[in-house]
Amino acid sequence: MLDRIADIWGERTPHARGTVWPARVDLHLTDGVAEQDVDRWVQSACLLCSNGCGCDIAVKDGRMVGIRGRATDVVNHGRLGPKGLYGSTPWASSPDRLTRPLVREGGRLVETDWETAMGRVVERSKQLLAENGPLTHGFYTSGQLFIEEYYTLAVIGKAGLGTPHMDGNTRLCTATSAAAFKESFGADGQPGSYTDIEHCDAVFLYGHNMAETQTVLWARILDRTHGADPPRIVCVDPRRTPVAEEAERTGGVHLAPRVGTNLALMNGLTRELFEHGWVDEDWVAAHTLGRDELRAVVDPYTPEEVERICGTPASDVRRAAAIFGESPNVLSTVLQGFYQSHQATAASVAVHNLHLLRGMIGRPGAGVLQMNGQPTAQNNRECGADGDFPGFRNWGNPQHVEELASAWNVDPLTIPHWAPPTNAMQIFNYAEKASIELLWISATNPAVSMPESSRIRSILSKPEVFVVVQDLFLTETAELADVVLPAAGWGEKTGTFTNVNRTVHLSEQAVEPPGEARSDLDILLMYADAMDFRDLDGNPLISWRTPEQAFDAWRAVTAGRPVDYTGLSYEKLRGPSGIPWPVDEEHPDGTDRLYTDFVFPTDTDYCETYGHDLVTGGAVTEQEHRALRPAGRAFLKGAPYLPAHEEPSEDYPLLYTTGRTAYQFHTRTKTGRSRPLHDAAPDAWVELSVPDAASLGISEGDWVRVESPRGAIEVRARVGQVMEGAVFAPFHYGSWDLDGVAPDEQDRLANELTMTVWDPVSKQPTFKTAACRVTKVRDGDGPAPAPTTTASAPARVGSVPDTRGGPPSGSHVLADTPTYPLDPSQES
Amino acid sequence: MPHLSTYVGLADHSERTLADSFRAVAQGHAREADVFHTCQLLAGWSDAHRERLATVVDRYGEDEVVEPERLHADGLAEVREGAVGLLRDLQDLHVLASLVQTTWTVVAQAAQGVRDRELLEIAQDAGVETSRQITWLDTRMKAAAPQALIVGPPS
Repeated sequence: MLDRIADIWGERTPHARGTVWPARVDLHLTDGVAEQDVDRWVQSACLLCSNGCGCDIAVKDGRMVGIRGRATDVVNHGRLGPKGLYGSTPWASSPDRLTRPLVREGGRLVETDWETAMGRVVERSKQLLAENGPLTHGFYTSGQLFIEEYYTLAVIGKAGLGTPHMDGNTRLCTATSAAAFKESFGADGQPGSYTDIEHCDAVFLYGHNMAETQTVLWARILDRTHGADPPRIVCVDPRRTPVAEEAERTGGVHLAPRVGTNLALMNGLTRELFEHGWVDEDWVAAHTLGRDELRAVVDPYTPEEVERICGTPASDVRRAAAIFGESPNVLSTVLQGFYQSHQATAASVAVHNLHLLRGMIGRPGAGVLQMNGQPTAQNNRECGADGDFPGFRNWGNPQHVEELASAWNVDPLTIPHWAPPTNAMQIFNYAEKASIELLWISATNPAVSMPESSRIRSILSKPEVFVVVQDLFLTETAELADVVLPAAGWGEKTGTFTNVNRTVHLSEQAVEPPGEARSDLDILLMYADAMDFRDLDGNPLISWRTPEQAFDAWRAVTAGRPVDYTGLSYEKLRGPSGIPWPVDEEHPDGTDRLYTDFVFPTDTDYCETYGHDLVTGGAVTEQEHRALRPAGRAFLKGAPYLPAHEEPSEDYPLLYTTGRTAYQFHTRTKTGRSRPLHDAAPDAWVELSVPDAASLGISEGDWVRVESPRGAIEVRARVGQVMEGAVFAPFHYGSWDLDGVAPDEQDRLANELTMTVWDPVSKQPTFKTAACRVTKVRDGDGPAPAPTTTASAPARVGSVPDTRGGPPSGSHVLADTPTYPLDPSQES
Repeated sequence: MPHLSTYVGLADHSERTLADSFRAVAQGHAREADVFHTCQLLAGWSDAHRERLATVVDRYGEDEVVEPERLHADGLAEVREGAVGLLRDLQDLHVLASLVQTTWTVVAQAAQGVRDRELLEIAQDAGVETSRQITWLDTRMKAAAPQALIVGPPS
């Protein structure tokens, strides 16, 4: 039995390059339940990060009591991480679950029945439609719902109401991933596969602390770096993360660019490929557009110039570029260090450029994984409940809109396609001006997670804006709502979702939801019924009643698109493993990696976007796109580095960046209700470098005030591993578990300091680039509440007690590794 | 080449007007974070065009010919309020940028005629960036228009 708080990645199963990743089954049961006591195991996949690990939920006496990894699943080969093991089920039986609808009466939220609560929503909705039309309605959803729910919401919004104001918190986590794919390859869709890990010679992790954000995927990499013929790791991160340590251990490089300068570094790496003849010119000429323009853009970024801008030694830039240029197969992964930072899309596109210049795509080991932050973020992008159109369709292509109008049997003019769907930041902006008057928020907590949180709270509190919140708990956001609808969570409803790796899983209902809580699908159907949305023939717009029927409706609209689900069914998904799309007649068992034929979805009539100017976000027109004749070639797009929107100054001399820890997820709605996870990271902190702490007179555990032009927090200081000149704060800590502290009274929420500013292309807010100052408030009485097992480790090893104390958790390595469909290591 | 010098002067003048107007819109609509930052960025592009032009302006001078003065468009000294105000201000910037763009087009033609490679390159590069300014204005107007025109409060 293992303490998986102390041992985040579990036992190593090292193996050689090109061989299958061994299976190891991880298990955790609560309340002293033994494996033989479990009544039944219900198939699902884990929701506590974006990795999408296949699992079974343990049920005893009608309660979820634990979780076990599925040995046969292609994603995790049986493993689970600490969040999945300890955090998957305790929230469900938490006494503070929402069990009845709430409505605001005389300034207070009071319990009511469904008829009353939904009646108020429908009354307001109809009134606003009559007065000012559908543009009064905004929907802000999640990366946590299921395909069936997103798709139903997309149809309600786009064909029932006709509002362009739909987005998800995916805008905060994964929008840049989608935007970068669209700019380079013409459509969303992960090119690579997790199986690339078994075949690569180097792994580049760009702004991706995988060791904490996707712990099981990191275990998969560690099993390579501890085996024969290991890959070298290259880490781009301003903190000395476990990934950075592994980079040093494997003979790779840790590049720590100054916060906000990623693009300058990427331009430098790109220039090195050209300078040293590492570009596969024949491949580039055959399969890409834009080579010469890119060469010109990156020309000024010599390694010395990169050192000047980023602070990374020129020799390290050269060494990293040589590893990229000379390794036969490189796998690149990208996450929030790029997505939530300055020039997000341009920097993420630059990762594609490096791969395209070397022709390193579409074969095992040579892949790109633009990661997601959330387990079902991919589905929001696919289904069109965010700023996209269902099936990766192009809102600017009338034929694509016609396809949807025909599938839904509505007038194409109902479907708002006169401009791009409204992004989340703009939705809140319209709400601020009260031109959106009904804002429906599901399964997300913007009062904590969006930038400049005091502004968000004031928007949600506006009397002119009718706020509906659909959630498991009375979150900081729900507290400000006019109507709160209690939702069923994972294991309490059935649906499907898709991970970073395009792998689709079915998550079956294991138990009944508490009280009167209903599935998000049922809530949306209830609204659709009450609004009486009709198609052109007068039939109900939404004809489905069950998750499986919703899934079948979704499958039908994916036909012929890159994200083809037509070959999937609930029955097929009840098999031993999740299945990666596209799944169609040609690929009945799914598809491990895309673009094996080097044909990209860039054809003008097929692509999801005509593209954008990476500097301004200005849209390329259809005519301009057609004139380029992309015809399946990928785009090489570059942009010059520009200084960040807020640079350090005399008043605010330090750089402020936010992030996450291995033990908490988002605003801790689930993980904060797990005792072991809570205890591992119980309260907020900030990390300072040793020299900055010394010059400010701050010691480990001291209370400090961190201020930006927008707000301040007072938390304890960890003298840690962040680079000099930068301050790191975890963003998880709102006020829901602070007794008697209102959201606007708390002083630990990292987003009080962040800026309202976003990337010009992906519209993803910039959480990682702001200026701040730090002052000591008073002495601490112990170390900061920051884990020691992760990137928040203290600078001085052993100076703080180790983070530990997870209840015993089972783990055993299988003697015989199962056979995994599509795994190149097992192909004979 | 009296008229070429007039147009070099017009390029300089209209870029300055455009830059000042971008900055006025940035400040006036600072609550629109993307407008604030992008307009400042694009004002910088126009500044840079003028700096490059200054290196060749000695060859031609900036003639103050009366007749084409009428081409000078007034900039935005102050901005309008609200969502519809933003839309109109973006439209005004679009008009100003169009004048800049056509000016660079004719300057490039003339530069070719007098075989001034340096001026030709400046005019062509600036023309490309002016197109990118216009593209952004188009994109931003399209995003702003429906909400402003349909549900915006009366202005």
